[in-house]
Amino acid sequence: MSTMSRDETEALIQEVLEVYPAKAKKDREKHLAVNDQTVEQSKKCITSNKKSLPGVMTVRGCAYAGSKGVVWGPIKDMIHISHGPVGCGQYSRNGRRNYYIGTTGINAFVTMNFTSDFQEKDIVFGGDKKLAKLLEEVETLFPLNKGVSIQSECPIGLIGDDIEAVAKKATASTGKTVVPVRCEGFRGVSQSLGHHIANDAVRDWALDKRDDDDSFETTQYDVAIIGDYNIGGDAWSSRILLEEMGLRVVAQWSGDGTIAEMELTPKVKLNLVHCYRSMNYISRHMEEKYGIPWMEYNFFGPTKTDESLRKIAAFFDESIQQKAEEVIAKYKLEYQSVIEKYRPRLEGKRVMLYIGGLRPRHVIGAYEDLGMEVVGTGYEFAHNDDYDRTIKEMGNATLLYDDVTGYEFEEFVKKVKPDLIGSGIKEKYIFQKMGVPFRQMHSWDYSGPYHGYDGFAIFARDMDMTLNNPCWKKLQAPWQVEDTAEEAVAASA
Amino acid sequence: MPSVMIRKDNEGKMTLYVAKKDQEDEISSIEFESADKWGGLIEMTDGTKYFIEPLDAMPKLPITLRARRG
Repeated sequence: MSTMSRDETEALIQEVLEVYPAKAKKDREKHLAVNDQTVEQSKKCITSNKKSLPGVMTVRGCAYAGSKGVVWGPIKDMIHISHGPVGCGQYSRNGRRNYYIGTTGINAFVTMNFTSDFQEKDIVFGGDKKLAKLLEEVETLFPLNKGVSIQSECPIGLIGDDIEAVAKKATASTGKTVVPVRCEGFRGVSQSLGHHIANDAVRDWALDKRDDDDSFETTQYDVAIIGDYNIGGDAWSSRILLEEMGLRVVAQWSGDGTIAEMELTPKVKLNLVHCYRSMNYISRHMEEKYGIPWMEYNFFGPTKTDESLRKIAAFFDESIQQKAEEVIAKYKLEYQSVIEKYRPRLEGKRVMLYIGGLRPRHVIGAYEDLGMEVVGTGYEFAHNDDYDRTIKEMGNATLLYDDVTGYEFEEFVKKVKPDLIGSGIKEKYIFQKMGVPFRQMHSWDYSGPYHGYDGFAIFARDMDMTLNNPCWKKLQAPWQVEDTAEEAVAASA
Repeated sequence: MPSVMIRKDNEGKMTLYVAKKDQEDEISSIEFESADKWGGLIEMTDGTKYFIEPLDAMPKLPITLRARRG
């Protein structure tokens, strides 16, 4: 099937909605839309950040996932305690591939799981004593930690433990930053509120620690990378570009980041925000309190990277702008050979995405650089401002789906018949069994980095090796293939 | 009484951000916008209105203020 017209897409949405009961249909209808680039405000065409319907299959996470898994977790020199029963931490451990430099268990702790392992008696008598003891033990066993964050799981909020008091006491005795984060899983409708809570915790407990300390020598070219989680090394392939154009990257939030970097961030000249959804809150706060401007950038695919580098350079003087042009020129030869090699193999292929955070809109440019077309996109936990930004990036009459249900996504794929799907691990095997090439776009399917020019080469290779893999032609059993061939002959005879 | 943040975006347009709703929209008009009085009724491009107690001086943006539905 080639591109669909607006009416066809609308008919498809109606057809998919048909099976729902009237009430559910009314609700889900608001979350599915046909893209119209003329719409300025997304709230007129799509509803987002609403509670998922009971009974449908959603792939959203919880506030704890947003705080521990996304914002706090990658800070490598802090110990992040999953405060509550053991499962939340253990089953989410080491899933996001936030790379870091350091010796795990000595001075870096990202892939380790620390938990207070709540038992019945902790629920009945409260867990504060256990937490205090845990903080002491952590200090003895891992003396090189630079701080601790206490990530609350649901029971902590339910039984009303005072983790703030425990944190203050621990800070007083060790002198290290101890951050209590009230990110109980039941808060909010998705992980999105967890990002917000985590940002607020950074603001209240960590960010202003060095406000009165001027010993850090600043330059006029200091920037911070905000909202890059270094998945498969993403932040590193972004960082080298910024450094090559003469900027000094003071902090990485939070992939391969440290608490010291966070405390120094208020001293930078510009905050570069990659993941707007999870880090805009702290960027806004820093703009108001410290007067640091922030800008969103996009390092997926050479077109967008060029654009972003120029946009970043425009904040600085001409020497930086000139160096930015040099960087762009230098990598041009490199990425053109990548495009030459892969574009003929991928031209015209159609992609459907369903991811979270920034990727449903940011990776569109990278696919377009390879001659591919994104025909449907959607977010797990976006808000209206994300869709405002998405509408302009997507083609007219393409599908938009918010918090899509398992059923809807399958039906869309059956009808739209994309050549490639980019989504998460929960969707991966369903679609592979349906015979559709699939990339896991949360952790780059154990590959990466995908950011920057270097990342683009890996991105292009990965898309090619998935899409043009010979296995997709071998999904039908040989006798079934023969059957259809014979039928075709019979029909034509 | 939501807390709202008023700031200038990269294109210099004034925007209003409602933290509680994670919503950011452009401001189409502000009732008082002079050096000695700033605030009052604020109208958004989508027609929503907010009221901010007028300030005595032009504030340094961005600024977080309490707003009422206007």
